[in-house]
Amino acid sequence: MPQPSLVTHDLTVRFGGHVAVDAVSCAFTPGELTAIVGPNGAGKTTYFNLISGQIRATAGRVELLGQDITRLPVSARTEAGLGRAFQLTNLFPRLTVLENVRLVVQARARRGFNLWTMAQGHRDLIDQAEQVLERVRLTHLANQTVAALSHGDQRKLEVAAMIALKPRVFMFDEPTAGMSVEEAPVILDLIAGIKADAQATVLLVEHKMDVIRSLADRIIVLHNGALVADGPPAEVMASDVVQEAYLGKELTDV
Amino acid sequence: MMRLLSGDAPRSRVLALLLALILLALAFAPFLFPGSRSLETAARICVVIVLVASYDLLLGYGGIVSFAHTMFFGMGAYGVAIAADRMGPGYDALALGALAGLIAAGIVALLVALLSLRVRAIFFAMITLAIASAVAVLVSQLSAYTGGEDGMNLRIPRELTPAFRMGEVFGLRITGKILNYYLVFTGCLALFLVMLRIVNSPFGRVMLAIRENAFRAEAIGYRVVVYRAVATCLSAMIAALAGSLFAIWLRYVGPSTTLGMELMMDILLIVVIGGMGTMYGAVVGTAIFVLAQNYLKELMGGLSEATSALPLIPDLLSPDRWLLWLGVLFILSVYFFPTGIVGRLRGTR
Repeated sequence: MPQPSLVTHDLTVRFGGHVAVDAVSCAFTPGELTAIVGPNGAGKTTYFNLISGQIRATAGRVELLGQDITRLPVSARTEAGLGRAFQLTNLFPRLTVLENVRLVVQARARRGFNLWTMAQGHRDLIDQAEQVLERVRLTHLANQTVAALSHGDQRKLEVAAMIALKPRVFMFDEPTAGMSVEEAPVILDLIAGIKADAQATVLLVEHKMDVIRSLADRIIVLHNGALVADGPPAEVMASDVVQEAYLGKELTDV
Repeated sequence: MMRLLSGDAPRSRVLALLLALILLALAFAPFLFPGSRSLETAARICVVIVLVASYDLLLGYGGIVSFAHTMFFGMGAYGVAIAADRMGPGYDALALGALAGLIAAGIVALLVALLSLRVRAIFFAMITLAIASAVAVLVSQLSAYTGGEDGMNLRIPRELTPAFRMGEVFGLRITGKILNYYLVFTGCLALFLVMLRIVNSPFGRVMLAIRENAFRAEAIGYRVVVYRAVATCLSAMIAALAGSLFAIWLRYVGPSTTLGMELMMDILLIVVIGGMGTMYGAVVGTAIFVLAQNYLKELMGGLSEATSALPLIPDLLSPDRWLLWLGVLFILSVYFFPTGIVGRLRGTR
């Protein structure tokens, strides 16, 4: 059993009296794709926000590769090896497709404080960005501004940015949301490609059961902010807990 | 040539032509437009270009709204004035004063940035406004050091004053005033090229990214607060150097010429008219703005006389109404060129 790359210990956040994420303890290992499921409002995205740092935890800890990152700002978590793609498309709309990826490569190379050289002169960064665009088949759109792209291509670019970031832990929040049936498989193929790397830990929030069935090695179920089930897909999907959580019935026994 | 411009081509033939024209006019101003008033205007254009461009570094590239920019400009100007006052008229006093102003501006900018860049943009703008007003009051109160409301006259080396003569070139008598102009021109040109370099560096790209989407910039690993603080410091320090040059040129500093809100408003207007986040917008915008400020009155006087036979029109064109027409020009330019003159010329939406 490999060492877990990401661990949450009793991770909790309260908004006033409402407990949005309730003492979730869970470990994620490299080479494994974990799907996080649960009804709307179960706390899946909030759990993601706690891990990537957009929200600070009320209690509990987050550990990435053995390092406590609970109090680190978002950018430091990214530097430590965390990569997050968002539910709503989140890019630099007026910059070009290539520049969107190049900025990610530049961040990873830590050359942002380079004041006295020309950005165009850092050929290696541009080459790397172009390679990533080729991998996701966006090369033909490299010089378009993001705002001019279709929704599907924008989502593809977000995955491209994740690939360019080369994190140890990938977090996808409904990557196929709002995509047509024809476009979605491209994204899923890319995620399957990421998963093929045994070093990568992948977390995926998803609603579509067929997606989960084809990609996930493991499912965890959140309900009212608490972790209520954890195991292989077939087992978890057959369990009463999941059936009840999705049907919205009261949980009598957890 | 492209190396000098840091690879940032004008990307429009009209813009390239305009820029070349302005550069040539400023480079040969003493020969092309003799007379002390036109030289005064040319020097003012040089200094304001740098001041506006350094503000564009903040607003156009960083998306940071600050009202304290003239405060940093004033720090450079007062640094030179106070040093010259204490140490006497020497180049060492000028250099030391400029350096002191530069360092003071850098430190104050860092403090302002670290104290307030975490808050929302509107609060940051308010805080800078408060600090700038406080400093302006302080300068007028500490009259033992700053000359108060009267300001102070500078004693500068004789080679930079009109009293100094050194022969003729192309029929123009070269005085210290002209040497002083070339000091200002060269200094401003160098500062502008430095800024062009900064905005086209990897750092400049990060600033553009932060302006576009700070949330995402942070998520891909850029510490937004630190980048904004660095941009604020750089912009303040360049403004301070522009202030030092301005003080040496005018041989006078006072609250209204360097610290006033009026100047701050001019800067804001020029950035918007020229085109935010373009650097070249500062050049074109400043040239048009300062020329209009200085010569619109005369132009209108001429037009008023020429149309004196007609009813009503000469009254509308009376030189007393020049501010009205300046206002109309701004409204029209913002309405028709929402991305500024440079944005328009480059054909971007």
